[in-house]
Amino acid sequence: MRFAFTDDQHDLRDAVRDLLAKECPPEVVRAAWPEGTDAHGARKGEGARADPSRVERVWAALAEMGVLGVAVPEEHGGLGLSELDWVLLAEETGYVALPHPFVETAAVAGPLLATAGDPDGVLASVLDGSRRAAVLPLGTRLVPWGDAVTLLLTLDVDPATGEWVARRVADGVARGDHRALADVVDAGRRTVQLEAWRAGDRLGAGGDAALAFDRGALGTAAQLVGLARRMIDLTVGYVGERRQFGVPIGSFQAVKHHLADAALQLEFAAPAVHRAAWSLATGAATTHRDVSMAKAMASDAARRAGRTALQCHGAIGYTTEYDLHLFLKRAEVLARTWGDPAWHRTRVADALAL
Amino acid sequence: MDLTWSDDEEAFRAEARAWLQENLAAWRDRHDGRILSGDTAEGFAQHLDWERTLFDGGWAVVSWPEAHGGRAASRWEWLIFEEEYYRAGAPPRITQNGIFLLAPTVFEYGTAAQQDHILRRMARGDDLWCQGWSEPDAGSDLASLSSRARRDDERGGWVLDGQKTWTTRGAFCTHLFGLFRTDPDSERHRGLTYLLVPLDLDGITVRGFGRLDGDEGFAEVFLDGAFLPDDALPGGPVLGEVGAGWSVAMATTSSERGLTLRSPGRFTATADRLADLYRERGGRDPALRDRVVQAWMHAEAYRLQTLQTVTADADGHPAGARSSLVKLWWSELDVALHETALDILGPDAELDGPWTKGWQFALSGPIYAGTNEIQRNIAAERVLGLPRK
Repeated sequence: MRFAFTDDQHDLRDAVRDLLAKECPPEVVRAAWPEGTDAHGARKGEGARADPSRVERVWAALAEMGVLGVAVPEEHGGLGLSELDWVLLAEETGYVALPHPFVETAAVAGPLLATAGDPDGVLASVLDGSRRAAVLPLGTRLVPWGDAVTLLLTLDVDPATGEWVARRVADGVARGDHRALADVVDAGRRTVQLEAWRAGDRLGAGGDAALAFDRGALGTAAQLVGLARRMIDLTVGYVGERRQFGVPIGSFQAVKHHLADAALQLEFAAPAVHRAAWSLATGAATTHRDVSMAKAMASDAARRAGRTALQCHGAIGYTTEYDLHLFLKRAEVLARTWGDPAWHRTRVADALAL
Repeated sequence: MDLTWSDDEEAFRAEARAWLQENLAAWRDRHDGRILSGDTAEGFAQHLDWERTLFDGGWAVVSWPEAHGGRAASRWEWLIFEEEYYRAGAPPRITQNGIFLLAPTVFEYGTAAQQDHILRRMARGDDLWCQGWSEPDAGSDLASLSSRARRDDERGGWVLDGQKTWTTRGAFCTHLFGLFRTDPDSERHRGLTYLLVPLDLDGITVRGFGRLDGDEGFAEVFLDGAFLPDDALPGGPVLGEVGAGWSVAMATTSSERGLTLRSPGRFTATADRLADLYRERGGRDPALRDRVVQAWMHAEAYRLQTLQTVTADADGHPAGARSSLVKLWWSELDVALHETALDILGPDAELDGPWTKGWQFALSGPIYAGTNEIQRNIAAERVLGLPRK
């Protein structure tokens, strides 16, 4: 029994953490938000913007480090590492609200293409960062980073057989203009809404597709852990500085209790996510159950952290000029994609024969 | 990362499981299957019989050195034993205040003479220890306690005055460990001394009273000029240094909040029983099922967090103030597990039964061992680093 990551795993995490701290500060996340106003006339992504080319540079830097191929076997040009190696990297991409489909590309599409034999010969371009992947899990029609992805997959359970099926989307029809961005809560995800799509051939066997879904749910859970940690860190910093009634508001018991509760949810969700990574990496019989527990708990923890962060910030947190909304909105969206908490609890219930 | 148990650990589990199964059955048979709560006078005697059985089998204090009656089990084996203990349906330990709260402090601060005398007798149930922290005016604000111990060099001992209260199983125990003010001019956490007090001294009166769950598990202890001689026990009745009682006691309270009092095995076993209850009662209600799953996951998460904490501890990274988060988690989890069970039982939950009884006890979790409000303050200040003032 040893429930800890190795030094190598921490070293890789630290390298990615350093890269993202440098290349993906909040102004870069803001730069990913489209210009202009939304349907309600509110300007999105208000605040300091970075040079838009820096948004692309983050992805290129991750590709250069090899982490887009972290989960792809070496014979296909990847690093050949396991869920235990990349789960911490996914947390870091969550921590910075990375404006790119890291989980979908690196954790889901890359390894799935490798097992399926890369039928269209696109894997190399996924690894070098020139091709980005998105996934439509569980029948969603919303394609994150839909204006930039060149590889779109669907992951669904066939209701007749109960078997997971992965398909490549051959042709999608977006609502409105081709690849027009939908009006969404987290505009930094650059989501495109499909009206219809034509499914291509199946990709891999049912087991491969099931594994791909679990990897996507695990990666998203890890990003939620990172987002929760970020929002707690941001708030701890803020309430230590902000003074009212002559003292820092962080000295107020009501503020302390909000933050302790948020930290509590995170403290117990993170081990569940790390265990799910181990279950996937070792092919444990309980993998579906463990991944679902991780996704449900991480989603709840991130939502609690977001609500706490907003409440403790007060009105400044409710502005687009302040950074909190970038993380708050991302967390709410991720909590409900790749299966929302209720969906995952149902899967745990089934595993427990309830 | 390797979340599997070694062959040796699996063998340890099998041995514990077999022993518990056989000896629990024999214990129940000895009492005609009528097992009472250990927090009643009659039940206490039955449970003492169980404690002796545990000791004779070598399972009373698995993690202690063999010299003191243990089997030098690793922390992992201790967790395995706890899982098996509660899975087998074995009863709560009536000796727990001694073996889980006092003993770690005796190992850390006690002299060789104190350790030799206290530990084995405690493990065997010869001496039964209760905790004397709380006073009528000192609960969560423990540093405000006012029970006094005055030095009497002529007679060679201490004169005790004051009152302790909410003393769990105080009415059935033989000894009390507690904090006393030995410097009358001291304030707050200065000038306190950790004393070990036999309860049969002249001038000590123990009065039991009922808890919310109906058991007589609480007591108040009146100290009226009771004389505690220096030879009350080998090595003397002072644990640690005179006047340094606060830091000695703090070692105990972090044990209380953290692992030792509430190992995850207790909650994972309850969660599994909750799942059984839902299945047995023909559960069809998706909302109720959702709550069963949530409680089950939270128990499992507690287990996982513990495994992570024990690994980190072995690597030299002790949990420290994070034990406050642990206390928040298990105490709220315990209430959630039992409330969910009562809702599954429906109107029948009014009848006395294990779940109803367990619910009443669970309600105490957020109150004792430092209220959850205090734990939230500690977590915010010492884990997150928020300003105290």
